[in-house]
Amino acid sequence: MLKIENLQARIEEKEILKGINLEIKPGEVHAIMGPNGSGKSTLASVLAGREAYEVTGGSVDFLGKDLLELSPEDRAKEGLFLAFQYPVEIPGVSTTNFIKTAVNEKRKYQGLDPLDAAQFLRTMKEKMKLVQIDQSLLSRSLNEGFSGGEKKRNEIFQMAMLEPKLAILDETDSGLDIDALRIVANGVNELRSANNAFLVVTHYQRLLDYIVPDFVHVLYNGRIVRSGTKELALELEEKGYDFIKAEVEKETV
Amino acid sequence: MDVKTILQDTFTASSSAHSGLSAFQQESWTNFSNWGLPALKHEEWRYTRIRNLFTDKLIAGQHQLPTKETISSYMLPGLESSNSIIFVNGYFVPELSHIQDDESSLIIKSLDTASKDEDAPFVKQNLGHSARYHTDGINALNGAFAAGGVYMRVKKGKSLTAPVAIYHFSDSSNGLRFSQPRVLVNIEAGAQATVVEHYINLGSGDTLTNEVLEICTSQDAVLYYIKIQDEGNASSHTGTTHIRQLAKSLTHAVTITLSGKVVRNNLNMVMEAEHGESHMYGLYLLEGETLADNHTIVDNAMPHCYSNELYKGIMDGHSTGVFNGKIFVRKDAQKTNAYQSNKNILIGSNSAANTKPQLEIFADDVKCSHGCTIGKLDEDALFYLRARGISIENAQALLLHAFAMDILDQIKDEHVRAFADQLISKRLLFTI
Repeated sequence: MLKIENLQARIEEKEILKGINLEIKPGEVHAIMGPNGSGKSTLASVLAGREAYEVTGGSVDFLGKDLLELSPEDRAKEGLFLAFQYPVEIPGVSTTNFIKTAVNEKRKYQGLDPLDAAQFLRTMKEKMKLVQIDQSLLSRSLNEGFSGGEKKRNEIFQMAMLEPKLAILDETDSGLDIDALRIVANGVNELRSANNAFLVVTHYQRLLDYIVPDFVHVLYNGRIVRSGTKELALELEEKGYDFIKAEVEKETV
Repeated sequence: MDVKTILQDTFTASSSAHSGLSAFQQESWTNFSNWGLPALKHEEWRYTRIRNLFTDKLIAGQHQLPTKETISSYMLPGLESSNSIIFVNGYFVPELSHIQDDESSLIIKSLDTASKDEDAPFVKQNLGHSARYHTDGINALNGAFAAGGVYMRVKKGKSLTAPVAIYHFSDSSNGLRFSQPRVLVNIEAGAQATVVEHYINLGSGDTLTNEVLEICTSQDAVLYYIKIQDEGNASSHTGTTHIRQLAKSLTHAVTITLSGKVVRNNLNMVMEAEHGESHMYGLYLLEGETLADNHTIVDNAMPHCYSNELYKGIMDGHSTGVFNGKIFVRKDAQKTNAYQSNKNILIGSNSAANTKPQLEIFADDVKCSHGCTIGKLDEDALFYLRARGISIENAQALLLHAFAMDILDQIKDEHVRAFADQLISKRLLFTI
């Protein structure tokens, strides 16, 4: 589904990704872990198409298409979804109006008719249950004045509405208490299927208790330095990132 | 024939010795003759060139009237049977106008008539008050043609059942049409009214409208005023809306500018009594070569008045937005609360915004604030919308619409608000 080869990227003059290789197949859940500043969020942003980052090398194939050639909106329409670490507050645009626009633009791209008001409402109600989000929240301005937990639940709600093939969760666990974390994780688990895939970016192992990954990768200094199964996450939790740093530095000497 | 001669001839032809307005008109003409049209070196006109709009091709004076059907087709949706005042080429046309409210509530008649009947004392006392704030020739020029104007009075304690819509038709089918509508409004004590103005170019030529609207509000009166300008890019406009609060009252103005060649709006709130309250909102959504210049004045003469002002601009293409907001707090106007804000978004790489707050405070116990911003659309917000599959065009439209909503929401009348929203949404090319 997603094949990243030797991906390199920088912001302004700073090299951040220094050759990432990663392959994700349908039905898989991959976790990317790593210390602060290792490039985790950069990877998520580059995949979603944030223009502040400049790709300086490598390639990304998404379902047979050159992902890096697509605009952010076309990436989304092709089935990529980024759950933001910091969802943006947009005064004056209601979540309902926003998500309706997004869903119908995607349907248009796929050659489908737009959902009528009744169909849209039905779908929305069904997906709202998934993340226990309230109607009143959705008629308010997008994320404006939402608590941290409400923002993250709103991200997962949008994901449910857009039904992406590949969802990237960028530090979705940050700022969540355990109840909110459970709700968010539960929403993700409900959406898991043999046809879609997830890339979970996180600093802590905590989220992976609830969203159990098939593969865990450790990102350090712009490269994936370790890959393994979910046991690798537990090892990191136990030993901390310093042991990885030490090992990597030993190898490069 | 040069412009001066064209105007002189029109003035001579339209002046009547029998009118109660002739002294005012003559005085205005003399002032105009002395002052001339404002040049760029005039401090109040430094961004806005209007002299070149007055060419020797200019057509002034009343001409053929449009049909009732033509008039009807331009009515604001939902206000078709509402009170309407029809101006054609700057002249009030009673036979095309319509009074819906009962005459125990609302009087509409020509300014000329009002200058001779029971309203004569009011006219004599209040007509031309705005000239004290605009000694620049353009205001005086309108005064010289006041005989074509309209007078409106909302009677004591009456609340109008429907807005009064003023439609300004300019027929440019024979070339550059020059219109000078004049309006005098008297909102008596405890009365409430909504006044909305709209401008229509009936031909494919250029138009130039020089308007003066003067409104007085009495004790506990409430006035909602909305000016919607979308006359097209062949039209220029210089207009003054001058609102005097003769006693404690509430006035609320929304000015929306969507097109034009050169547009200059003066809006004055003169707070002459204690505990007055005024609100001023403006939205200019510009593209092409349009220049829109909003000059506002809040003049606080008495204590305990409150004013709030928010103007927002979106400039695309080569357009230019100008905002100048003056707040005077005279020495007796203690406990004044006056707030002002101007926010601009530049979309076009060749667009520009000029903004200037100007506070002149002579009292020592007041709360005044002002602020202005000029920026681009929030990149993070734009990316967030695009990352959900919304095209860059629609993402921009959503954000700009949200930016404009703050002003749109201030229009209390639902029909007028829906009309303005429809014009704005159409402009933003929202395609879903």
